[in-house]
Amino acid sequence: MDEESSGTVKKFAFINRKAPYGTIYALESLEVVLISAAFDQDVSLVFMDDGVYQLKKGQGTKAVGMKNFSPTYRALEGYDIEKLYVEKESLESRGLTEEDLIVDVEVLTAEEMATLMDEQDVVMSF
Amino acid sequence: MGFEINGKTYETDEEGYLVNLSEWDEEAAKYLAVEEKVDLTDSHWEVINFLREYYNDYQIAPAVRVLTKAIGKKLGPEKGNSKYLYELFPYGPAKQACKIAGLPKPTGCI
Amino acid sequence: MLHIVNKSPSERNALDSCLRMAKKGSTILLIEDAVYAVTKGSTAESKMKAAMAKDIHVYALWPDLEARGMQDTVIDGIKQVDYPGFVDLVADNKNVQSWL
Repeated sequence: MDEESSGTVKKFAFINRKAPYGTIYALESLEVVLISAAFDQDVSLVFMDDGVYQLKKGQGTKAVGMKNFSPTYRALEGYDIEKLYVEKESLESRGLTEEDLIVDVEVLTAEEMATLMDEQDVVMSF
Repeated sequence: MGFEINGKTYETDEEGYLVNLSEWDEEAAKYLAVEEKVDLTDSHWEVINFLREYYNDYQIAPAVRVLTKAIGKKLGPEKGNSKYLYELFPYGPAKQACKIAGLPKPTGCI
Repeated sequence: MLHIVNKSPSERNALDSCLRMAKKGSTILLIEDAVYAVTKGSTAESKMKAAMAKDIHVYALWPDLEARGMQDTVIDGIKQVDYPGFVDLVADNKNVQSWL
């Protein structure tokens, strides 16, 4: 982005707020996240609002004829992307708990999430 | 586009990757290896099988860096380095090995 | 930090999520259908006033207000910007989140 950015590590957050199959946002975000892993930046993934549905266990897309990309979230660890955050209120208001999610995440309150977002150098919105 | 072995047809894209992962079998791998000028040995099959397992688990083809690390973990450090993998697949382990294994081109493959 | 919202508050939860995440001293810019949120007498009015009371700076893009005929009923205290003002807000903030 600017001259001084080469070689320095920046804080990137990907904000995921959409459910997985109704729109292309979730899959597009995941693709960008995987590519961004090659640049060795400090990457955080945030799941809030309907974005928490992306991590729901037990997705099966055979009958709808779309690719089930939920297993790919489990590959993120191998890509050294280990900071996954879920907003508490979004999870609870959808009747979900951490147990329902396909990967280990850190659950944050709205307040904590707001602080996390504020600290980022770059925010990518999906 | 595509090819045919013993009456079975395999559909490929413009870069020669299999379109349908489920069509892949060992015969297809052997054909694709000849196209890539790779003589398949047990070491090659080890990587090919690893890639298929990885794809089955995660639904993506791994980036080279991720592949080397994962291979090192599973098959030992002497195999978990790019030198070893490039010796087996000179035109790039991700690109070439994925093609022979019937996987789509890896995300972020440059 | 700058938060941008472009969805109508009566159709989507983008504004509510934004208000949940906007910290004291941050800035919210409402554009496109989100400008309906700064209408006097609307259900969003109390939320916007609460945000301003929390020292959050709220802006609305006036070309979008005008396009919708909503320019005469804007809540007091809402700042209005044009396109160059929009650019200034983006440039003056460290980071930007678009609540798509």
